[in-house]
Amino acid sequence: MSLSGPHLSWDLVADWEQLTAYPFMVQALEAGAIVAVMAGAIGWFMVLRRQTFAGHTLAVISFPGAAAATLAAIPIAFGYFGACALGALALAAVGREGRGGRSGESAAIGTVQAFALGLGFLFVGLYGGQLAGLESLLFGTFLGITQGQVVTLLCIAVAVLSVLAVIGRPLFFTSVDGSVARAGGVPTRALAVAFLLLLGMAVAATAEITGALLVFALLVTPAATAQLITARPALGLALSVVLAFLVTWIGLGIAYFSPYPVGFWVTSLSFGLYVLVRLAAAPPRLRAAI
Amino acid sequence: MTEAITLSGAAASRGGAPVWSGVDLSIARGEFVAVLGPNGAGKSTFLDVVLGLLPLSTGGVSVLGEAPRAARVRIGYLPQRRSFDASTRVRGIDVVRLGLDGARWGLPLPTALSPTARAANAKVDEVVELVGAGGYAERPIGTLSGGEQQRLLIPQALVRDPQMLLLDEPLDSLDLPNQSAVAALVQRICRTQGVTVVLVAHDVNPILGYLDRVVYFAGGRGVEGPPRDVIQADVLSELYGSPIEVVETQSGRLIVVGTPDAHGHDGGCGGHDHASDAEPVHADPAVAERGPAG
Repeated sequence: MSLSGPHLSWDLVADWEQLTAYPFMVQALEAGAIVAVMAGAIGWFMVLRRQTFAGHTLAVISFPGAAAATLAAIPIAFGYFGACALGALALAAVGREGRGGRSGESAAIGTVQAFALGLGFLFVGLYGGQLAGLESLLFGTFLGITQGQVVTLLCIAVAVLSVLAVIGRPLFFTSVDGSVARAGGVPTRALAVAFLLLLGMAVAATAEITGALLVFALLVTPAATAQLITARPALGLALSVVLAFLVTWIGLGIAYFSPYPVGFWVTSLSFGLYVLVRLAAAPPRLRAAI
Repeated sequence: MTEAITLSGAAASRGGAPVWSGVDLSIARGEFVAVLGPNGAGKSTFLDVVLGLLPLSTGGVSVLGEAPRAARVRIGYLPQRRSFDASTRVRGIDVVRLGLDGARWGLPLPTALSPTARAANAKVDEVVELVGAGGYAERPIGTLSGGEQQRLLIPQALVRDPQMLLLDEPLDSLDLPNQSAVAALVQRICRTQGVTVVLVAHDVNPILGYLDRVVYFAGGRGVEGPPRDVIQADVLSELYGSPIEVVETQSGRLIVVGTPDAHGHDGGCGGHDHASDAEPVHADPAVAERGPAG
């Protein structure tokens, strides 16, 4: 795949040197990689569990959290992570394990979502309605990441992925076949809450980089694409991580050489990939078991 | 111990409401047993008691010579029919594998590195072949037909070499040829693997020829015995407390006529959509209109 852009050469080594010439780009690449790996892995489980609506709600909840942190003049990360953790616990209280209560659950989640957006709007208004701040909360600050943020993100990612590694297999069990898992002694309720907390952490970390609205480019699309490509769990999980990582780095790379924002490129790349795979997979159902 | 399940003077209730009481039964190991009865009569309650999910309100229960909870690990359980959404992008063989070690914490090692993982794969392949599902086990489970899915869920319950299989309505929503094919398969497993099979069924006819014994719940009580001893007009009339007729067609199908609905007792069976299907064997209106037979 070649990257085409106004200032881009065919010499990939030279391009790479240009790309990493400034610390802000290096930090963006580092933060992007960390967030992509975490979002790819957590997102794969989220898509499998059909909890994308819950994930979306957490992303929306991160917005008032970040706005409140800005208003209170505390580090914005506290706002993102605090709001998402609280949001995850709220969703866990609202939600019920199993497919039965899904419609009631999504209605309840929807009301939480609307309220969260309203709160965020209030906080932005109280802050003085500064539009630049609002835009970065919603669409991300890819290129304004500090070294300290990278370290924080790394610690969170290691913690989240470690927990996921421990609970991964029973979580997969309850996600695919809840009634048998419950009968077999798997603590399905506790796992559902634990997963929502992990999802909250992944959403908060991703939102801090991509903004509240573009979280899904990394959380849903690569995972959904991976699940279209393969029905093998281990391969799908790995593919989801790799795709999230690729769209993030290639998006950052293209954005560096183009006048358009990073968020646009990352979302477009992941969306384009999804559409391509969808088209390729659609006609022959034979490919279903690749 | 040769008994797989014994109940003595057993009574069970859900949420304070009695489901059945005064039940005495003993099921020997290696038997193929059907649990029959109208909706809400307590068939699933019986399974929950055997699984140790519901304690008896009075009486005693012993499963494979132990308390139900202790015996749980030696039981393969197939819950009431669940279907996998068409969008579930997980292979059938992965779903079978979950029955083996899905509850274990931590990630499985790659097959290339671990003899345990190779042994697990071999075991999964073996049970999948046992039910003849090898041809479609690699496809995503959501893309399989109801019969294929059901045939794959049996190895999932079998993969840990259980001494007893509890199957909750495994034939529900299968078409007739699939019902008797799955019933024949379950009987073959029962005989060749020496596994006790307890199968909850709506309609006894597809499995009648394979059964050793039936347990029949109705009217807040339960009786057990060989199928043709239990499915008799006098036995069922006493159980239901109202006149019941049993008709045998020339092809050997048993038809129970006159069963009252069991709406009064919601025994927590759950999931039944068809209240009108309350009879364990389908009441054929044409036959019912002919009046008493024999």
